[in-house]
Amino acid sequence: MADRRSGVRLVDRRGGRVSAAIEVVDLALSYGEVRAVDGVSLEVAEGEFVGVLGPNGAGKTSLLELVEGLRRPDAGTVRVLGQPVWPRDPRLLPRIGVQLQASSFFERLTTREQIHTFASLYGVAPARGDEWLERVGLVDKADTRVEGLSGGQAQRLSIACALVHDPELVFLDEPTAALDPQARRNLWDLLAGINDSGRTVVLTTHYMDEAEVLCDRVAVMDAGRVLRMDTPAALVRGLDAPARITVAPGQLRLDEARALPAVEDAVESLDGVVLVTRDPARVVARLAEDDRLDGVRVQTATLEDVFLDLTGREYRA
Amino acid sequence: MSGLAAFRALSLAIVRGFLRDRASVFFSLVFPLMFLVLFGGLLGSQGQSEVDLVQVGEVALLDEMDPDTRAAFDDTFAVERSDDLAEAVAEVRRGDADVAVEMRGDTLVAHYTETDQVKAAVTQGALRAFVDGTNVAQSGEPPRFVLETERVEDESLETIQFVTPGLLGWAVAMSAAFGAAATLQGWRQTKLLRRLQLAPVSTRTVVAARVAVTLGIALVQMAIFLGLGTAAFGLTLAGSWWMAVPLVVVGTLCFMAIGLLAGALARTTEGAVNAANIVVLPMAFLSGSFFDLDGAPAWLRAVSQVLPLKHLNEGMLDVMVRGEGPSAVLVPMAVLAAFAVVVTLAAARIFRWETT
Repeated sequence: MADRRSGVRLVDRRGGRVSAAIEVVDLALSYGEVRAVDGVSLEVAEGEFVGVLGPNGAGKTSLLELVEGLRRPDAGTVRVLGQPVWPRDPRLLPRIGVQLQASSFFERLTTREQIHTFASLYGVAPARGDEWLERVGLVDKADTRVEGLSGGQAQRLSIACALVHDPELVFLDEPTAALDPQARRNLWDLLAGINDSGRTVVLTTHYMDEAEVLCDRVAVMDAGRVLRMDTPAALVRGLDAPARITVAPGQLRLDEARALPAVEDAVESLDGVVLVTRDPARVVARLAEDDRLDGVRVQTATLEDVFLDLTGREYRA
Repeated sequence: MSGLAAFRALSLAIVRGFLRDRASVFFSLVFPLMFLVLFGGLLGSQGQSEVDLVQVGEVALLDEMDPDTRAAFDDTFAVERSDDLAEAVAEVRRGDADVAVEMRGDTLVAHYTETDQVKAAVTQGALRAFVDGTNVAQSGEPPRFVLETERVEDESLETIQFVTPGLLGWAVAMSAAFGAAATLQGWRQTKLLRRLQLAPVSTRTVVAARVAVTLGIALVQMAIFLGLGTAAFGLTLAGSWWMAVPLVVVGTLCFMAIGLLAGALARTTEGAVNAANIVVLPMAFLSGSFFDLDGAPAWLRAVSQVLPLKHLNEGMLDVMVRGEGPSAVLVPMAVLAAFAVVVTLAAARIFRWETT
């Protein structure tokens, strides 16, 4: 645990403070008995791509809505781009972009009309909307009504609408939820590019691979609390989970495997013998010496292991 | 940020959404017009229809009428000629014609049936009057007694006069309430309301755009109703009819408020539209939109006084057809405005951002 309030202080490589796009201090929100957000403190630096990871009902959306200024917190403060978000500040709104969980579109408008409407709301020329349609690959769907878009297309339009006014900070609430694997990968390419101009991005997701691929830092959230916040690699390292090395069948007997240095345990499986070790480099070097590397597979811990370790494995509806 | 550009963009988006929703267009424009055509076109022509008369052979009495008498005669009778008496009588028997006439010497013989007693009486009376009139004319003496008739304009209005304001009131109430209910609930469901909250657009601008579009629809409804009523069904508007315009504007606001309340209470778009329907349709019946309440029991008329649609309808009747002065709409407007304020406040209190 980083500290009691699961807060994370942001420092750059020289140890100095980085100017924060988001500063959240002791934030809390309850719905009746349910503590949706329970004492969260965190900072997001300008230009960072941050993921909020958690199971359904962890409080991700509530946290996001508090940070966006949609809800009044029971306690704590949120500053975005140096300004308090509550009460609603019309001067701050053009600087942030939001994509909400549902596809929030005007009914029965075409893709082009939709983004032009949002452009007008932000006082941006319609041509900028057209540029964004091109960037998200929806030019050939420009005259299709939003009701006729596929899930992936609707999400891309929704992201384009959030970015049409070129905000400094953008919030994306589960942009890849309910998409098929192809559409998800497709969207990742788009998402990976949206902070290239120094834009800060905050994204919620319950896909580990997504957080690992896209995010500079990840906040793991459960039951209204941020359990840990760090880079994906540091989170995995911090897990101290053993690596698993699989050696193809016939290369190694189980008793030989158990006798190898640094191997904690070995088990038979259909794929061969699986060696459990905290020093995979040493074990692989030894296997190389013995010329037993054919078909060797090394699996290290993933963010998913971190997540399950932190949030538990019990089934949740 | 230019509020005007945002207002225009939002209004355009709402208008497009409305025009592309066939059900909305049908229920706010086509459906009420169907009722207007039904009431105005069918019930409006309840006056005595012409008597179908078959003239068999030469009938000097009819053939030699002077033009004035002929015109009067043609108002009552649709004349058809035939040379076959048996066939003509058979036609009357079948009901295809009302009377067949032939000359036997100086006697005009009329074959008629008593199936339709009113028509039979009209036929006999009219033919007798023609025969008597011709006799008097032949005698060369001026008639001693003259009958003059003067029509008294009665209190009860002709069907189209009564029906147009009532149906217009119902149409305006329906589309205003449904529009507000469906927009509020639909936008809440898709979180578009939240999304707009996070755009640099004031709530005022969003509300103004929705109100402007609904008012526009109401005025288009009014133009179509009055235009069609005047052009096709003989609707005659009284001098102060234009005061119905501000009245319809306030009425629209009132029913938008009722729609907002329905939208705030319901959890789904369908629920919101149904709630609006449950309020508006019975109210239309009890407010005399479809039929005159003069014959209704006193308690029912008392109930109708607390319904905003009753005041909208009465105000429109007063200035559009009863010929009352412009000030006749002031009280109805005040009542509708009061309703609008109270119901809007109630809706605002009940409204929740989340539907669950």
